[in-house]
Formats: sequence, structure tokens, C-alpha cells
Amino acid sequence: MEKPFRRRDLLGIRDLTAAEITGILDTAETFGEISTREVKKVPALRGKTIINLFFEASTRTRTSFELAAKRLSADAVNISVASSSLSKGETLVDTAMNLDAMAPDCIVVRHSSAGVPHQLAKVSKAAIVNAGDGANEHPTQALLDAMTIREHKGQIEGLEVAILGDILHSRVARSNIHLLTKLGARVRVAGPRTLVPKDFKYLVAAGGNPSGSEDVRRGISHPSDTLPTGRVSASAARDPQLEVSDHIEEAIHGADVVMILRIQRERQDSAYFPTLREYAIHYGLTNERLDLAKKDAIVLHPGPMNRGIEIASDVADSSRSLILDQVKYGVAVRMAVLYLATGGQPTSE
Amino acid sequence: MADEFNLVEKSRIMDSAAINRALRRLATEIVEKNHGAADLYLVGIRRRGVPLAERIRDKIEKLEGERPLYGILDITLYRDDLSTVGANPIVNRTQLDEDIEGKNIILIDDVLYTGRTIRAAMDQLMDFGRPKKVQLAVLIDRGREHRELPIQADFIGKLVPTKQTEIIKVMLKEFDELEGVGIFELPQE
Repeated sequence: MEKPFRRRDLLGIRDLTAAEITGILDTAETFGEISTREVKKVPALRGKTIINLFFEASTRTRTSFELAAKRLSADAVNISVASSSLSKGETLVDTAMNLDAMAPDCIVVRHSSAGVPHQLAKVSKAAIVNAGDGANEHPTQALLDAMTIREHKGQIEGLEVAILGDILHSRVARSNIHLLTKLGARVRVAGPRTLVPKDFKYLVAAGGNPSGSEDVRRGISHPSDTLPTGRVSASAARDPQLEVSDHIEEAIHGADVVMILRIQRERQDSAYFPTLREYAIHYGLTNERLDLAKKDAIVLHPGPMNRGIEIASDVADSSRSLILDQVKYGVAVRMAVLYLATGGQPTSE
Repeated sequence: MADEFNLVEKSRIMDSAAINRALRRLATEIVEKNHGAADLYLVGIRRRGVPLAERIRDKIEKLEGERPLYGILDITLYRDDLSTVGANPIVNRTQLDEDIEGKNIILIDDVLYTGRTIRAAMDQLMDFGRPKKVQLAVLIDRGREHRELPIQADFIGKLVPTKQTEIIKVMLKEFDELEGVGIFELPQE
């Protein structure tokens, strides 16, 4: 049997085995019940300190991590970039080492550059949890998406999942592709050509390469979409678990899960598509397009939504959309991750 | 589990029939002391308290024609040694579907030893509401001299005075190959 998740750091989904991912999800299911109680708090992490270090704006993720810490009775401190020393010229590593000197048990970090959590993991004694690093990974988002899918579909293995939109800038897409393919789903990505890297189909084969994940653990981060094409394994080529579609209709067709990505207007320094209106017309998820998916297909969106752009309002508000479930499960997943990162063992029965 | 630690069984103190007789007596005592099964809420402590609570529930139903409420506690997150043990133990789900407010709770576990598990269970219970009363039923009581907290059982299947080096194992068909209660010890060097 494979070993359960007992890593100190959670830097990315790419480093995890299927058994580790399942262990986190099982633990999260157990923790989900705590948020339904009258007293939404257990003493498990009493006396532990968790620092939420956010170099990028975030409401949902930061609140979710903060609530998760508090429901486990940990003391949570939030640091956002505006109030940090980085704006006074301190280097990232110095900031980390100063925080480390105050003996936190866990640092949750979000940064606009890929590899920052890995860098901190090398210098910090605290467990590091990646809350999103550049366009690299956002592991807890993929875990909460997986929990949402599991709750509604029973399992992930064998499902057809369409991931649509701005794949290029999306750490959510990368983490989800790693997670879903590791658990046996088939993933199809689609969006404007300018936002869907052609080499993406090699992501899975490269991510499965043990030397690749070793690099990540050592803190070397390579943007996965530029990996050499020679690394694709023969089995992956025969039965591709990850496909790049040219048209979003093709990707949606017959899908069990349709995952829409946010158009990251703040990351688009050059023109990837002419106008938002044109994007909405050609790539927005409308009820008409969603009808191409399976009848019981579910719709996920990591938020915050641009209504009327990547997702039509009536789709977002329909019963097939599980966007608020995702947010709900986010707290449970982060409770599980914080518990495991500070020394817990996953649920198994 | 016995094999994991190379434990040696010194003596078998109960077999399956003895366990059943003890549970039948516990069920009788519980309804006698509580004047029936009304308002009774049996709460099994994971893991082995759970099947014991289920069995006592069945026996109370036979005696009184009324089925007591029933729930499960997982006390892992309330343990007092979470920060001292290297790795936190496995967490499982707590299920108290019916409100415990104003109910007459019978906590059920397999072995009463230091009392720390029961302390954790009571703390967790109080986070769920304010029961009218909490009583404790155990299959085996290892004796007061081992207690590290002022906690005693109200209903005891069998009192087994033991040494600290000894380990009591309650084996139930839900988790183990056979049923019975044995006294085990680590092999002498």
C-alpha cells in the first residue's frame, strides 16, 4: 500500500501520489462535518500558530484559510503585501526568516511568482502551504474542486472533465490537471489559441516523471508548459488522459464536469483576444453550450466570476453550478491540509 | 493489532458469550437506574465503543420495546496529547444526528484506564450542547489506581485489576478475527 499524506509542506499537487491526494480528501470529508455544528470549533490545533502571508490580493482563499485555522483552534495571523516589509525593500527570504524566528507552525503563502513557496520551504522551519504561486500551482483549489466532484459524482476515476478558458495564466488549471489525471479522470482543455499552450498535452507525462517532482521539491520551478516534448511516455500517447481541443464545444461534448476559468484581466499584459465581448461570444459558457455536456454535468468555477464574460449569469445561477459548494468545501479541505501539515494523519476507515 | 507490537497473551478473561452476558447486564442496569429508555441517548466512542453501543441499544430495545437514540464520537481532535505525540492520530467522523440538548447521555467505551479518553469525550459532547446528564458505561474497568483524572464509570461490565505493564485488548467481530477480552504483555527481554 502506498503511504498516506504526511508531508510537512504542501507545495503542489504535482508532488503528490494518488494515495496522498485521496488521504487528504478523506480527511477533508471528516472535517466538513465540523462546519455544520452549532459550535464550529475543535481544539485540535490549540497553541499552534499559522501565518497567512499573502503577496497577492485574495478574499476567498485568505478567509477560507483563516476560518480553517480558527475552526481548529489555531492562532491565525494575516499579513498582506500592503502592510509588509517587502514594500520597504526587504527581500522575500529575509521576510520569511524573520517570520520564522517568531516560531509559527505553518506559513500559508500566496505570491505572483512561481516557486516562491518552494523557496520559503528551503529556509523555513515552519510547514509551507502554497495558496497559489504565479501560474504554477494552487493545490488547495484543486483539492476543493476534487472534493466537490467527489461529493456529486461519487468518484473521480473515469470522469470526463473539460477545463475551459485562460489555461495559460491559470495555476488552478495546472493543479487540477495534475490531480484529476492522477485520480484517473480524462481532461480536455480548450480556449482561445493564445491562451491554451500547445505543449500542454505533455503536462501529465512530465508531471508523472519522478525527477520532475524532485526538482519541485528542491525548489526549482519550471513552468510546466515549456517542458521538452520528448518526455511524453508511450502509454500517455496511446491513451491520452489530457487532450487539447481547438473548440470549446468539442471539449464540452459529453463531459461530466465543466470547469470554467476566470479571465485574469490583471495578468493580461498583452492582447490575447480582441475584446471581452468577443471572448464572451466565442468562449463564454452559455446554457446552449452546456447542453453539449452530459445531462447531469456539473459546472465549477474557482471564482471570482466575471458574469457575462466566461460564464453566462443563468448558467452561474443554475442548479448545475456548484460554485458555492466549492467555497464550502474549501474550508474543509484547508482544515485537512493545515491539520496534516502540522503533523496529523489522514482519515482511513 | 496484538501482532503489531509482538504482544504475548497472558490470559483470556472473557469469551464471546461472557461479553454478551456482560452487555445484557449493562443494558438492564442502565434502564433500571434510568427508569426506562425514555430520553436515553447512547453515544459510542470510536472505535470499539461503537459496536458495544449498538449491541447495548439492541438489548435495551428488547427489554423496553423502545429504541434509545444513538450517536458516535471520534475524540481524536479533543485529545490532550495532540501536541506531544509526533504525528496526530487518524481522525474519523463524529455523528450526533439528534440534538443532545436535555438528553440523558450514556457514554460507552470498551476499556476505562486513565480516564483521559472520557475527559476528551465529555469536552466534545459539551461543544454539541447541554445534556441533562452524562453517565459512563464500559465493558472493562482496569481499576481506580490507574486513573489520572477524577473519572469513574457508572456501569461496569467487568472490573479487571491490572498492572501498568499489562494491556487489555477487547476483540470484537466488527474489527477482529474473534471475540473476547485478553490480558497481553510485551515480551520480556
